[in-house]
Amino acid sequence: MSKPSSKISVLNDVDDISNRRADFPALRQQINDHPLVYLDSAASSQQPAIVIDTIADYQRHDHANVHRGVHTLSHRATEAYEGTRDDIASFINANNRHEVIFTSGTTESINLVAQSFCRPMLGAGDKILLTQLEHHSNIVPWQLVCEQTAAELLIVPIDNSGTIDTDELRQLLQSGVKMLAIAHVSNALGSIAPVKAIVEQAHSLGIPVLLDGAQAMPHMSVDVQDIGCDFYAFSGHKMFGPTGTGVLYGRESLLEAMPPYQGGGDMILEVRFDKTVYNDLPYKFEAGTPNISGMIGLGAAVRYLQAIGMDNVAAHEKRLLDYMTSQLAAVEGLRLIGTADNKASVQSFLLDDIHPHDLGTILDHQGVAIRTGHHCAMPVMEYFGIPGTARASLGLYNNEDDIDRLVAALAKAKTLFS
Amino acid sequence: MQDQDQLRELYRDLILEHARSPRHFGKLADATHCAEGINPLCGDKLKIYFQVDADQKITNAKFEGSGCAISVASASLLTETVIGLTTENAGLYFSAIVDLLADKPVQNKAKIDLGKLMALRGVREFPTRVKCATLAWHAFNSAIHQDATPATTE
Repeated sequence: MSKPSSKISVLNDVDDISNRRADFPALRQQINDHPLVYLDSAASSQQPAIVIDTIADYQRHDHANVHRGVHTLSHRATEAYEGTRDDIASFINANNRHEVIFTSGTTESINLVAQSFCRPMLGAGDKILLTQLEHHSNIVPWQLVCEQTAAELLIVPIDNSGTIDTDELRQLLQSGVKMLAIAHVSNALGSIAPVKAIVEQAHSLGIPVLLDGAQAMPHMSVDVQDIGCDFYAFSGHKMFGPTGTGVLYGRESLLEAMPPYQGGGDMILEVRFDKTVYNDLPYKFEAGTPNISGMIGLGAAVRYLQAIGMDNVAAHEKRLLDYMTSQLAAVEGLRLIGTADNKASVQSFLLDDIHPHDLGTILDHQGVAIRTGHHCAMPVMEYFGIPGTARASLGLYNNEDDIDRLVAALAKAKTLFS
Repeated sequence: MQDQDQLRELYRDLILEHARSPRHFGKLADATHCAEGINPLCGDKLKIYFQVDADQKITNAKFEGSGCAISVASASLLTETVIGLTTENAGLYFSAIVDLLADKPVQNKAKIDLGKLMALRGVREFPTRVKCATLAWHAFNSAIHQDATPATTE
């Protein structure tokens, strides 16, 4: 790749995370005559200039197909694209780069495991264990594989705080479970699952574990070897990278034994009509021309996060979450949904009898962007007996002012509906 | 401030009042026509019931479900509007409302008077909320045409 770094804003002052807000061009704008307060990072995070510039620079100077040409551009594109794989392997502490499979996002990563890993080993009556907290993308792929194999879903319950019942989980693991798939962090409520302990329990019974890490990656340091999981799925666009990018981490021995998920170019060594020889890991699972520019952008996002340090991000967000929780709890008529002890910086809530959509519109009119609705986690809403919630979710670029603006906007909503 | 005026235009007193105390709310046991309206993006769900007599006149209408202030008020206003109309006449209101909220010129050949329904017009300034306001109307349209599948706003 050409060397564009001279014209890309470099990180400075990495010790002071509050300065990082300036790295995100989208945050510098007025919405409905108010400075934007972006509290919807759990749906999709904004991108720092370094990600936007890296992608633009690649498109301007280095674009060609990867793994194919002998010409210079193809070489540059391949170097940058494969560089992301090294960056991610190091970021999540994979044992080696072959364990990092590029996908279009968490959804595709989970579907890949459901179809290539689980489907061949499942039979009628086998159980797949999920929790009540899952996002639809960690439910529906398993329902599909259940339809194909006559396997069944078992669901670990949660309590009123939105915490997984780990005693019940331990019990359920012993009822013919062939696969455990759970969210590392709940997208609707922010609850952090004690994944290391859960993986240990599952493994003591020989049960493989997939973790949906989409909501964990932007908030905390993730070490897949320390956690010990077999698969870890996540998306680029929730961790300051572009949409259409994602990763499946898988333990090498498991990935080796799995059949390809999709067929096409790049995933083969030799194609003849009587027999095709599949490519090695990770390419066996990457059919067709991939999202090259997107993955190069994700690489920039990962390097950006590494420079800041995920422990710094986590500490900053912990402070903000504590502040947000106390400020919201002080609003009369506000009910917090999701009050687990161990949480990422996501807070669902209801205000009086104002429907979340109405709240979302009123807040938007004051420049405050939140998510409203079921958050693709209808079983969570069903548990609480509510149609949806308003959800404020934080990213490394948020600050106390954002939370003050949220609380002020809620006060206006109360006035309007009083 | 201008944006606050826009908000007041969306949440007019009449809308808020219908949202708080929806008319004809509940199940209609002896309905002749019924349909469900689902907004798959937000999960809003309404079920709407009608009683239509031999002369195609709508003699009763009710709805149940949950939704935001806009969708509930719109459903409530719908039931008030269509009771006493023939299904054909009620259909004219459906077309007029959908056109009004899509900000298209209303093809009001029959010269119907939208009356209270004009309270919904503030929604035009909020494109993401138009579907909330039209949900009940699409369900109504399915019901009088007896579509088997739930109406959606998509």
